[in-house]
Amino acid sequence: MLDQVKPNLLEIKNLRIEATSYPPGEAPRKVVLVDDVSVSVEQGRVLGLIGESGAGKSTIGLSAMGFARGGARLAGGQILLNGRDIRSGGPSDLRSLRGREVTYVAQSAAAAFNPAKRLMEQVIEASLHHKLMTRAEAEALAVELFRKLGLPNPETFGSRYPHQVSGGQLQRAMTAMALCPKPDLVVFDEPTTALDVTTQIDVLVAIKAAIRDTGVAALYITHDLAVVAQVADDIIVLRGGKKVEYGTTDQIINAPQQAYTQALVSVRSIDHVEKADTASVLSVANITARYRGTNFDVLKNVTVDLSAGQTLAVVGESGSGKSTLARVITGLLPAAQGRITFAGRALSPDLASRSKDDLRELQMIYQMADTAMNPRQTVGTIIGRPLEFYFGLKGEAKRKRIQELLEEIEMGAGFIDRYPAELSGGQKQRVCIARALAAKPKLIICDEVTSALDPLVADGILKLLLSLQAREGVAYLFITHDLATVKAIADKIAVMYRGQIVRYGSKTDVLTPPFDDYTDLLLSSVPEMKLGWLEEVLASRKMESGGN
Amino acid sequence: MHPVVKLVTQRLALGLLLMLAVSALIFFGVEALPGDTAQAMLGQSATPEALANLREKMGLNEPVLWRYGHWLYGFLTGDMGVALTNGEDIAKSVGARLGNTLFLAFWAALISVPLAILLGLLAARYNGRWPDRLISGVTLATISLPEFVAGYLVLYFLAVKLQLLPAMSMVFPGMGVFERLQAIMLPVIVLVMVVLAHMMRMTRAAILNVMQSDYIETAKLKGLSPLTVIWRHAFPNAIAPVVNVVMLNLAYLVVGVVVVEVVFVYPGMGQYLVDHVTKRDLPVVQACGMIFAAVYIGLNILADVVSILANPRLRHPK
Repeated sequence: MLDQVKPNLLEIKNLRIEATSYPPGEAPRKVVLVDDVSVSVEQGRVLGLIGESGAGKSTIGLSAMGFARGGARLAGGQILLNGRDIRSGGPSDLRSLRGREVTYVAQSAAAAFNPAKRLMEQVIEASLHHKLMTRAEAEALAVELFRKLGLPNPETFGSRYPHQVSGGQLQRAMTAMALCPKPDLVVFDEPTTALDVTTQIDVLVAIKAAIRDTGVAALYITHDLAVVAQVADDIIVLRGGKKVEYGTTDQIINAPQQAYTQALVSVRSIDHVEKADTASVLSVANITARYRGTNFDVLKNVTVDLSAGQTLAVVGESGSGKSTLARVITGLLPAAQGRITFAGRALSPDLASRSKDDLRELQMIYQMADTAMNPRQTVGTIIGRPLEFYFGLKGEAKRKRIQELLEEIEMGAGFIDRYPAELSGGQKQRVCIARALAAKPKLIICDEVTSALDPLVADGILKLLLSLQAREGVAYLFITHDLATVKAIADKIAVMYRGQIVRYGSKTDVLTPPFDDYTDLLLSSVPEMKLGWLEEVLASRKMESGGN
Repeated sequence: MHPVVKLVTQRLALGLLLMLAVSALIFFGVEALPGDTAQAMLGQSATPEALANLREKMGLNEPVLWRYGHWLYGFLTGDMGVALTNGEDIAKSVGARLGNTLFLAFWAALISVPLAILLGLLAARYNGRWPDRLISGVTLATISLPEFVAGYLVLYFLAVKLQLLPAMSMVFPGMGVFERLQAIMLPVIVLVMVVLAHMMRMTRAAILNVMQSDYIETAKLKGLSPLTVIWRHAFPNAIAPVVNVVMLNLAYLVVGVVVVEVVFVYPGMGQYLVDHVTKRDLPVVQACGMIFAAVYIGLNILADVVSILANPRLRHPK
């Protein structure tokens, strides 16, 4: 028998994708989203696409389905699927390919499922639409996939509505939906990014096993190199729509050639020396809190202490009570029981009865810088507001102080008249930091301030926060679910689980074994940038994650 | 208790409460007018003795709250009193008129609601392209035309020029259904023209709003055709806003069509009410007010209930 050269399942050659942007008041501009990218995927192999937001990863992934979001268009190159150029066909050819030969798993399964329809109906829809199997066959296959993906009660799971199951389960159901029509290729678009770290690992395992068992080929899109290292055979690193580096996973992780790839591999390597305890700036004692109209304690007997100029990191999964703790400290949610002492004086539980100094010295920075700023105010107005409100600064004095603050956040005075829409994600967060800093606070509560940012940008923000702390002596209460961030910035750590502090102490103490079961689970779930990490960690885990 | 049952019960209770408040407003509002029923019946030249006698006879000397209770009780038991002008039983004459109005409203709704939703779906499907512009333009034109102008235009072309349909929509007891339908064809056409645009535009806007969702992209990436995506995935999530506008228009079809009735000489509630307002026949005005309020409140509660039932989060709690 002759060896036959099997054509690649997916062959993208010199792909170019363009869009037209319409800046207000200016002539329309052509924007190149993807420029001269070539990749190929063999049957049963997984190609990882990695890069920051705006790198063109999703755009390339969707182009494999002949789909372009918004006003984007495929402007050049070839996309060969099973040897056939998908650009040569019309809309109905594309429709017969989508959901049959190529399927898609979206980042946020919670938003990608239709809330008005039962899961089963949606999972088997493509199989029925393309007449690939009968309803009974499709349902049987779906149940089998539910079982394979580790979903609870696979027989009845499909009769639920999306809002009745958790985020991690939805992400697995979405994978089942993508595999149900037995496609040749699945595009995974950041399938675990929106999940908690302990849930991510389970979904990752399920996806990996499903890919292996079904022999399907996949494009795996993510911004997290450590994650993609666990599932991909090959990796392409993208930046600004261009290829940076393309090779096997082993090559990219262990011997990156390009400076950008090297930076990605070594991200989160901030050195931070733990600071010794000094006078306490914030002391939270035995706080218990619940939301109005419920009788469930969101916080149970929480006690933490934070010294001036230090950083206390509060870590935990979503729903563990981290952000509620911030709401209690800021007075947005008055505590049911317990005491808060701030800068040597007792803080009244609710916001309305706090003094102006209490308000000024306790500032907050939020996760979504976008929604934390008024889009119709300039950077100058945003930062100037606390200067006016707390210090009564006006006119030239105010403008001078705003410029100083902009220098402090390494942005320069030129930004003073810009609007938030004209800033990048990292710059927006910097403006929010400047606004908090403007009040000359003693404590800033940072609620997941780097979660929405790309790794390298997040690194920049963390470095800025650390240098500001060294200069101004401000303390941070740093709320995050990301342990790498914690390692980079914390002096003290409090691990929260279901409203309680399960581990608390200096960074070294908290991160040194022996661990309690939950801290072990949390720490071991953080993907590490090495091959085979996923298998290792599964073998050594003490505790199952919460069934998400 | 299941949250849907609880919410629906709450809405119904709220509706009843609202109805009670409206009845008080109608009764005491009329009560506050200068003069009373006896004065109205006997006129300016009545002698004080005659007035006193009539007031005694009609129970007008009883305390006002007692009379309110009596009136409300009568209303609930189907006794709306007698008209001042002709002494007829109000319940009987209103009944016939209400039947006519509902008949007209029913057929206008039966045509306009599905048509508006269909046009809305099509406009959303071809958003920004010529079918969308054509549909939006035409419906905007028909809603901008005052009802009586539309009525006369339709009369002129369909009844006078082409002589397809009768110009007058006279209906009377004992008429066959088919004849009745033929008689109301012209007012139905005018009413459809009036209510179409509002419902169609809401459907279009609600669908386009839902089309921004991630799950629409999921549906497109399954290879479904655009109309299937809209019908199967977008429309079920756009029901709530559409239903609210549909119900407002249905209420309008029942209570607001006096101009169309006048143009086509159709014996409906609107004409009846206006006739008796001009004659200061207060018991009839009160009765009509109560019926219109009941229709409005009832349809809005229905809209609320449908919106609640259309929400899977309420229908299937965690």
